Amino acid sequence: ALCPLVLTAPAALRALPPPAAVGVLHATRPLHTTQQSLAPVSPLPEKGGEVRHGLIPEEFFQFLYPKTGVTGPYMLGTGLLLYFLSKEIYVINHETAAAACILTVIIYGIKKFGPSVAAFADKLNEEKIATAQAMKNEAIQTLQTAIEQEKKEQWRAEGRSYLFDAKRNNIAMLLEANYRERLLMVYNEVKKRLDYQVAMQTLKRQKEQDHMIQWVEKNVIQSITPQQQKDSIAKCILDLKALSKSAHAAV
Amino acid sequence: MDVKLGQLGSWLAMRDFTPGGIMGAVRRGYDRYYNKYINVRKGGLGGISMVLAGYIVLSYMWSYSHVKHDRRRKYH
Repeated sequence: ALCPLVLTAPAALRALPPPAAVGVLHATRPLHTTQQSLAPVSPLPEKGGEVRHGLIPEEFFQFLYPKTGVTGPYMLGTGLLLYFLSKEIYVINHETAAAACILTVIIYGIKKFGPSVAAFADKLNEEKIATAQAMKNEAIQTLQTAIEQEKKEQWRAEGRSYLFDAKRNNIAMLLEANYRERLLMVYNEVKKRLDYQVAMQTLKRQKEQDHMIQWVEKNVIQSITPQQQKDSIAKCILDLKALSKSAHAAV
Repeated sequence: MDVKLGQLGSWLAMRDFTPGGIMGAVRRGYDRYYNKYINVRKGGLGGISMVLAGYIVLSYMWSYSHVKHDRRRKYH
């Protein structure tokens, strides 16, 4: 059934338009033209399509219901089965016996253990869903806290004017202190120089005075002749005698 | 299907019988069956049992020429 398709494939391929020129993307149709849909994915349906007796979908029974009622499909099934058996389209042989035994065992197993296996599978599913849900909630929570912290940071950033005022005040104070320090230094230096000048002048005057005094003394001593020395000593003795007399009289 | 029986011929003629078209049809059929019976929260037995029943019927049809010899009557 596939051979004619295989033979016609090359002809069909040759019939396609040749690809675009070299240097251009080899695309024969435009890409990414439909809008991306951001709608959320619909959740899984709860139960699958209804199946009766595990083999025939419910739609078949609904399809036959208007014309043949409730027993229609069963009549159809019975009729088909008898037809197959009588015309031996379905042959009864050893395989039929084997199939009957196997089917009995399978159906017995399903009827007995079906619900517990289903409950177990549902539990596994629930666990998976719960883990995924927990991760999602955790992620949402983390993002919420991140949003709140971000808002707090934004509120904090509004106080930057106060910060800048404080910094400006600091800088102004530093400048003021520096200026006053330098002013003081200038004052001190100038005072030192002026003090030096004053000290120099005082020293000079003192030296001049000392020198003058010494010179006067020296000249006076030189001018005292020996005769004058004797006369002055005799006068002093007379003065002392007079004084002693007056002192004796006072006592 | 929303095709009336009388229009079956024309509908069949409209279909895409290229290999790509056939693969597309197979893909669509598979997706429909899968999303209806298997990709659900509480899938039941019917999902796989229908596939197995179809496989049984198909393999019986393929081996009919071999089973023919086990018939009890030659003329029906």
